[in-house]
Parts: sequence; C-alpha cells; structure tokens
Amino acid sequence: MDSITVSGVGKAYRDYPNRWSRLREWVSLTSNVCHTKNWVVRNISFSIPAGAAIGLVGVNGAGKSTLLKMVAGVSSVSEGRIEVIGSVSAILELGLAFHPDFTGRQNARLAGMLLGHSHEEMDALMPDIAAFSEIGDYLDRPVRTYSTGMQVRLAFSVATARRPDILLVDEALSVGDVYFQQKSFARIRSYRELGSTLVLVSHDKTAIQSICDSVILLDRGRVIDQGLPAAMFDLYNALIADPSGATLNKSHAADGRSVTVSGTGQAKVSSIKILPEGSDVEAGSFIVGAQVVLEVQVVAHADIERLIFGYMVRDRLGQVVYGTNTHHTGNPLCNVKSGSKVMFRLSFSLNIGPGKYSISTALVSSDTHLDSNYEWADQAHQFEVLIGERTYFEGSTWLEPSVEVVI
Amino acid sequence: MQKQSLWPELLGVWTYRDFIMAAVARDFSQRYKRSFLGALWAVLSPLSMILIYTLVFSNLMQGRLFEGSSDYSYSTYLIAGLLPWALFAEMVSRGQMMFLENANLLKKAAFPKLCLPVILIIGALQNFCIVFGVFLLGLLLQGQFRGIVTLTIIPVLAIQVLFAAGAALLLATLNVFFRDVMQLTAILLQLTFWLTPIAYAISIIPASYQWLFGLNPLLPLFGAYQTVMVRGLPPDWWSLAPTVALALALNILAWAILKARFNEIVDEV
Repeated sequence: MDSITVSGVGKAYRDYPNRWSRLREWVSLTSNVCHTKNWVVRNISFSIPAGAAIGLVGVNGAGKSTLLKMVAGVSSVSEGRIEVIGSVSAILELGLAFHPDFTGRQNARLAGMLLGHSHEEMDALMPDIAAFSEIGDYLDRPVRTYSTGMQVRLAFSVATARRPDILLVDEALSVGDVYFQQKSFARIRSYRELGSTLVLVSHDKTAIQSICDSVILLDRGRVIDQGLPAAMFDLYNALIADPSGATLNKSHAADGRSVTVSGTGQAKVSSIKILPEGSDVEAGSFIVGAQVVLEVQVVAHADIERLIFGYMVRDRLGQVVYGTNTHHTGNPLCNVKSGSKVMFRLSFSLNIGPGKYSISTALVSSDTHLDSNYEWADQAHQFEVLIGERTYFEGSTWLEPSVEVVI
Repeated sequence: MQKQSLWPELLGVWTYRDFIMAAVARDFSQRYKRSFLGALWAVLSPLSMILIYTLVFSNLMQGRLFEGSSDYSYSTYLIAGLLPWALFAEMVSRGQMMFLENANLLKKAAFPKLCLPVILIIGALQNFCIVFGVFLLGLLLQGQFRGIVTLTIIPVLAIQVLFAAGAALLLATLNVFFRDVMQLTAILLQLTFWLTPIAYAISIIPASYQWLFGLNPLLPLFGAYQTVMVRGLPPDWWSLAPTVALALALNILAWAILKARFNEIVDEV
C-alpha cells in the first residue's frame, strides 16, 4: 500500500505586472486574468510505499521544499493531487512557536499542541521530551537563555515525541552538534524500523545514504529520476557539473549498476584496469593490503591545453574512501594534441576494509570539478576487497596493529 | 485550481482546542510578562483613558446626558461605552494583522489556519471580561449596580463580537494582498470612535445633524450598553436589527473572500 501518492502535481505562484493589476483582477466582473503563473514545480508524480524511506535531492530552487510543504498540507497544490494515508508529522522548521520569554517546558507544551497533541498527551510526553533533549535544568528556564544547540535539541525532541505514520523532515537534521545529530538520526531510524514512512529533504549525502532506500532527484521543478541513493547522487553531481544536462549520459552496466557519464567529451577514458603489482593480468578482487596498479587509458578527442586526471574510490554506499588528482600530485599534462593517447598508472596499497568498491574518474582542466569538465564518469569500474588470510577486523580502513600484551 | 474546502478546517479547529486555549494563555501572559505590575496593566490602561476623557468631557456633558442624571453618570456612561469600544478596536486592529503577523506559522506549520481568528476572539474577550468585571465591581461598591438587567448586555456583546469578527476577518484577508488596508483601518477606527457617541452624548449634536449619526450602525450597539449600565433599562432590541443584519453581511462577505483566497494567503504572506 502506498502511503503517499503524488499525481501530476504542480505549484504556481501568481506574478502580477504591477500593484494595480491584482486589484483590477479582483474587482472586475468578467474573468479578467491579469497575472502570469510562475511554475515552481510541475508534472510531479511518484508514490511512496508505506514504510519506505525516500530522500528528495536537488540543488537549491529545485522545488524540494515546495513539494514537501504540499505533502505536509501546509501549502496547497495548484494542479494535480496528493493523497496521504496516515498521520503526518512535518519538521519544516524547528522551534517554530518558541517564544524567548517562556521556559523550555512552556514552549515545548505549546509546540506540541501546535502539532495537534492535547493537554493530556503533552503531560504524558513531557518526561520523554525532557529526557531526549538532555537539557536538564534548563527546561525550566526561559528559552532566551538557551544556546542555539539547546533550542534545536528541545525542538527536535518535541517534534518527534510521538511516532507518526509519515515523517517529513526538511533539512532539520543538519543542525546541532554531532552527538545530537547522531541521536536524532537514531530516533528517525528507529521510527522507520517501527514502520513509519520517511521523506527526507537534505543536501547531506551521508544522511540520505545512511537512511533512505531510494532517492528522487529534482531539478528545476521536475523529477529527473528515481533510484538507489548512490546512483542518484552520481547523477546529482553530474547535474551540478553540467547544469544544461545536454551531455549527460546515463546507462546501465551489465551487472545492473548505473554508470553516469557527463562532460564535453574532449577527452575520454577508454579503459580502466586494476592489476596486482608485478602482473599484467587484470583482476576483480584483491586481498586487504594488496599492492595494486590502477591503469587508466585516456584518449584526447580535441587539442587540450591542460589535462588533469582525477579518481575516487567509493564504498558500496557511495562514500568517498579516497580521491585525488594529478593537479594535487603535481603531474598536470599540458598541450595534449587531439588523437593522442595518455596512460595514467597509479600504484597504491589497498589498505581498506573488505567490501565492494567503485571507481569514479574525472578528466578536467583544473582541480575543481566545475571548471572545464571533459569527462566525469561515476561507477566507471568496480572491484572487491576480500579479507583473505588477514586477521579479522571491523571497519573501513586497514590499520593493522602489532600486538604486545604485557602482564 | 483545486479549492480546499473550509469545513474540514473548521473541524480541525475543534481538534486543536487545547492549542487554542494554550495560545490564548500565552498571548495574555506574554503581554505582561517581565513587568512588575503584570496583569494590572490590563486594568490600568483603560483606566487612564477613562480619567482623561472624564477630565476633558465631564463638565461639558454635566446634566446633558439625560433627565435627572447624577454626578457619577458621566463616568458610568463613558465607561459603559469605552470598554466595549476597546474590545471592538482590539479585535479589529489586531485582527487585521493576524495573517501577516503569523506568516511564519502559516508557511511552516500544518495546523488549521482558522485557529488564528479563534485565538484572537477568545483572547480579546478574556481581556474585556477582566476590565468589565472591575467596572461592575466598582458600580457595586458605589451602589450604582443595576441588577439583573445587566445580563441583557450579553446578547449585545455577542452582536458586537460577530460584527468585529467579520470586519477583522475581511480586513485580515485584504491586508495580505493590499497592505494599504492596515493604514486605512487605523484611520477608520479613529473616525468611528469620534462619530459614535461614546465620549459624548448624542444630545450635544445639533438636531439637524442627528439623522446623519443615525446612519452609523455602531450607534445602537454602544447606545445599548449605555442604556443598560447608566439607566438600568433593557436595550431597544429593534434598534439593533440593522446592526445584526450588517454584521451577518460582513461575515458572509468575509467568508466568501476568505474561501476564494484561502490557498493564496499562504503563498502571499
């Protein structure tokens, strides 16, 4: 069953050419339309199954918050319809009804009632709010004496005091200290496990990847794509690098992963290989700590003034494990002629934990992704790291200790 | 364009009753918090108005209120009209700001938006009851209390609240789109106060102009309070009929405009 169904939804704000035209439109007896419609989002359709966790991702102005507000019922849709089944709790802004002169407890009570809780419910929830916010004696002091972090703690504790069927969160998790961020995350995750549907708007890739099982990518008021977080973030990065989207190319590799390639195409990666040190036979899996060589063949399709090769090793969640480029290593190439081939050979030890990894490559003119982008390829290559004969360990980095036990 | 119905909103207001009462209580204590005299100010500010008007007008008005009026009569007459006027002015002047002042709440919180006028009405009535209670106590101490007939001001008060609520809702909606309304309301309230016999009696107006004052729909309303509190007579109910009709018309108009522009308000504030 779907808990949120969005069909053909659009939101338009009215633009009037001048102050008088609205008045003219209001008082005219004929249906004289003086405004033009400024569509912020349009033709949005998706459905979210009950219990799913979805991330809404996009650059500023893509329409994420507008969409979330409409799902929350705070603002109206201009066309289409949104169906929501179950109780909704929306965290669009923390500490909305807080007044500096009242105590934390008084503010928490009113904020809770603003969410629709009754007096009795707030009495019952207050001990939990006090405990979760961990602000101690400050609960009975005026909010004006609070630090920003304390306000956020209290506001978040109130907003999530009761598990809703559907939880909508807009950027609220990126505030507060790291300890509380993790704590609030844990709470959201536990609500998810108990069956709540979750919609998260965030720029924070880590946040979305660690909690969402699917991401909807928005750009300029349209849904670009929906899919696994890692793939959607690759597409998102490609969109940032190339806002026109003209050269964006998304394909699916044989093993089902999606490869996103963007850029001008003036230089292209023609092959990627990872070889065990001292061997010329490519391999797909390596033992933790193995010495390997990454061989990348690049072909220039135009005369290039300056060529930088960059790569990133990413784990299965898409988190960057390591990345650098030939600008940083001090090996920039100048005046590359069209048609010439360049081989980049990088040798390193795989001091990383067991698991599946992917390699993203970039061919650019300077050290930022945003300057001249010849080619950017996410998920360009994959490999696996195995524990093999190594001593068992947890974590993503191989920090092998030599152990000495003294009694 | 999909129109949201107002009826679920009304139902929502009922489920949010605890929030409404808490918000009213907050508004009240917010006003007097961090002041030494606290809620005493609720009484002191109308009291200062009463003193000023009494000083300025009592000589002028002495003996001209009605046949056989006593020394206390002017003060009683003034207060009987001034306190309901303060309620009217508060509802209209604060009411017209209710959407603009709560813009952030309207844009960020999912709650029935019609809670806002309800909070306003209850809050204003609460203030009125306190001050009017003090007034009644004063009358009782002076032996001027009129007894059971005083209860007849309750329906009068109801008509006034209906009138003011309609005006407030209408102005609040218009104010979102046309900010001139705010300035205009302040002027209109001043004008209405002086065109309604509250600080003075209609008898001081030259007879040839009195018919003009008769067109003021608020005149019978405030006249009713004065009749009850000063003369101890029940109000002339029939004289209130046009006021009731106008109050209803104001409410119908306010609701029609609010219903048509309800969704746009959130986008515009």
